[in-house]
Amino acid sequence: MTSRPQLIFLLAVFAVLAVVPFLGARYPVELATQVMIFSLFALSLNVLAGQTGNLSFGHAAFLSIGGYACAYFLTRLGWPLAVSMAGAVIMSAAAALIIGALCVRLNAIYFSMLTLAFSMLVWAVATKWRSITGGDDGFVGVDVPIYLTNPYSFFWFTLAVCALSVVALWILSASAMGHALVAIRENPTRASFLGMNVKRMRLAAFVIAGAFAGLAGCLLAMYVRGMYPQTAFWTQSGQVIIMVLLGGIHSFIGPIIGAAVLYLLEVITEQYTEYWSFVMGLILLAIVMAFPEGLVGIFSKLRAPRRS
Amino acid sequence: MAILEIVNLTKNFGAFVAVRGVTLQIEEFATHAIIGPNGAGKTTLFNLISGLASPTTGEVWYRQQRLARLQPHEIVRAGMARSFQRVNVFSRRTAFENVQVALIASAGINYNFLRNAGSLFREEALELLRLVRCEDEALRRASELAYGKQKQLELAVALAAKPKLLLLDEPTAGMSIAETKSTIGLIKDVVADRGLTLLFTEHDMNVVFEIASAISVLHHGEIIASGAPEDVRKNDDVRRVYLGQD
Amino acid sequence: MLANPIVLFIQVMNALSLGMSLFVIAAGLTLIFGVLRIVNFAHGAFYMVGAYLAYTVVQTFGDTNLGFFLGVAGAGLGMGLIAFLIERFLLTRLYDKDPMLQLLLTFALVMILRDAVRMVWGSDQHSISTPPALSGAVNLGLTYYPTYMLFLLVLGPIVAFALWFGIERTRWGRIARAARLDREMLSALGVDVNLVYAAVFVVGSMLAAIGGALAAPRSAVDPGMDALVIIDCFIIVVIGGLGSLIGSFVGALILGFLTIFGSFYLQEWVIVASYAMMVFILILRPWGLFGQSDEVRH
Repeated sequence: MTSRPQLIFLLAVFAVLAVVPFLGARYPVELATQVMIFSLFALSLNVLAGQTGNLSFGHAAFLSIGGYACAYFLTRLGWPLAVSMAGAVIMSAAAALIIGALCVRLNAIYFSMLTLAFSMLVWAVATKWRSITGGDDGFVGVDVPIYLTNPYSFFWFTLAVCALSVVALWILSASAMGHALVAIRENPTRASFLGMNVKRMRLAAFVIAGAFAGLAGCLLAMYVRGMYPQTAFWTQSGQVIIMVLLGGIHSFIGPIIGAAVLYLLEVITEQYTEYWSFVMGLILLAIVMAFPEGLVGIFSKLRAPRRS
Repeated sequence: MAILEIVNLTKNFGAFVAVRGVTLQIEEFATHAIIGPNGAGKTTLFNLISGLASPTTGEVWYRQQRLARLQPHEIVRAGMARSFQRVNVFSRRTAFENVQVALIASAGINYNFLRNAGSLFREEALELLRLVRCEDEALRRASELAYGKQKQLELAVALAAKPKLLLLDEPTAGMSIAETKSTIGLIKDVVADRGLTLLFTEHDMNVVFEIASAISVLHHGEIIASGAPEDVRKNDDVRRVYLGQD
Repeated sequence: MLANPIVLFIQVMNALSLGMSLFVIAAGLTLIFGVLRIVNFAHGAFYMVGAYLAYTVVQTFGDTNLGFFLGVAGAGLGMGLIAFLIERFLLTRLYDKDPMLQLLLTFALVMILRDAVRMVWGSDQHSISTPPALSGAVNLGLTYYPTYMLFLLVLGPIVAFALWFGIERTRWGRIARAARLDREMLSALGVDVNLVYAAVFVVGSMLAAIGGALAAPRSAVDPGMDALVIIDCFIIVVIGGLGSLIGSFVGALILGFLTIFGSFYLQEWVIVASYAMMVFILILRPWGLFGQSDEVRH
């Protein structure tokens, strides 16, 4: 699941990313910013889906809670950036604590259904609660601090937040808790007979995943300068699952690669055809039918065809 | 003094009574065998004791602590560990990782998200693997190990919980004669070394009479005899329903 | 306003009609889950494909009674064929794998079909007119009521009865019920279980498509029509219990009444209420009102 080369590889990727602003063009900077935000979102889901083995079909709920909260704190309450973001992450984590406590009691399909139901509830509330969220029209016009209004500075900010998050999640994944979560994914019954409170561990993973999704939501709201109900819709939750699966659900860097590849594919595809959803569906179909371990799995098979 | 007291334990599955009014005391440091024909309710009884299933009625006491209806992890924390009839380990992980994660859980640091697990409990894990004679397989995936080795690995995983009471469900099932022999020796050593109380089920009467200091016979979910091996061996009911079939 | 008996009567009829038209769709979803143990995310997409197929048939044969009913039949048959191919070539390879892969396959189908209908039919809204025989209104004594709505209301119980009869009273139904319980045993007895699975998947999918065709005269046919229908179906089967036919019937009625009467008291918040209801049911009784509680919890 975790190895030092992977972390070093990732840090190298961030180092390469840091060169992007010096290319002189604005578009690559914006593209890289978007890719990083969705990579963080995918990485947060992987704590739950990949590491702990609970496929949430409602992870977008926490992306949008974080986004709306950050937008509201910055714009309506005029809180400073750090406080707004911290508050938004706490909101997402708190929501994940409540929702997760109810979801982790259920197994595979019922877990997916209940997470889906909760995210649709969040979507419905976001659509109707005009005074807070702006309703169907969305929360338009987020007051981003003046020093982040420039796309370059926002790029650097996103890079820093994502790099720190990646390191934090890597530490988690390599930690005693990370190993325990993998044990729960592989064999929850055995894990409980080692003395682990499986439900509470799952809940912990749920909250961590929700918190980092909320953080990604903060970045998204500031990048877009707005927040829209569609962010919580079930298709968005589906998309992040595809990102995770595309990269490789059982690997730490998989979701980051998956998010980057999927996002770039979308950008490229949309230059040639309006049928991006069709292409994405085919990609998912290929993963499901032939490559359940994703790109990282394909890569490691190519490298070591005989081992395991 | 009894370390485990089972009082009037009953488990119904719909109309079927799998375990019926079982009352049983397991003395501390005993090696207590539960025997009985297939379908007698041995595994169900184990599941009730270890918290995998919850009883319809009745009580289980471990020392002064009431166990029935506790969750498995709470029961493990109280000092009881178990193995399963069909090997139950983390099959995609290496033997070392299996024992290591068991030690992490046992030390109660499974919420520690800062401490790198790379070489955590390395010595203890290797020590346990050596004890169950799996040290050469430490870096192999559990699923790649021979069946007998997997059972031994599961024993190490159970021991990592540092239990006082060890429940082994058919510890030699599916093993060759040689493996069975070596496993018996292993279990005897471990139980003696660590001062454990052992409660086990077993289909192989040779194993039972070699290890057990006490035997209870389960038939149609009921205890029909309980006592020292020689007494049980002579018991007429037991001969009729069980040994008579041999 | 509901104190007026005529208004109340109309609203009750509306709730029944809405509930029954949703039931036809949800019944397919619950049937598939009941036997194949697959939550079919693509069920909404099948509904959409059904509506489009019906549109094309009606375009060909004209806005006549014949055209409309050929459209409904064509939607069912066309989707049935597509479902058969999906089951044979895709789903069947995943039966003995992680159930999550099956879920994800159906999600892939959602995305593929969503664009496929745009490729074939374009992104514009289409519509089908109500067939002449079912337009207008009938006198129900208290008041007049739209014939088409009444038709949907009556159709639900007929479909329910037909399904119940098929499942409980025919040899095929017995086999399908056995297939959900013990696949291996059944194939050991010489029954072609794969064929049973294919048949159930096809029938369930046809129900979605027929539901879509029937909904077409009352709502727009457009590429986004699947997204919320599938959630409505989820609500219904979750309330009733995944895999339970009677549960879906009751769930559809509950959702129908909640939607119609809820909008009087909650206005647009009614949608929040229906999702909240799904959440509460899943928390309190994950297996629903009529489902069985097998292996729901850890």
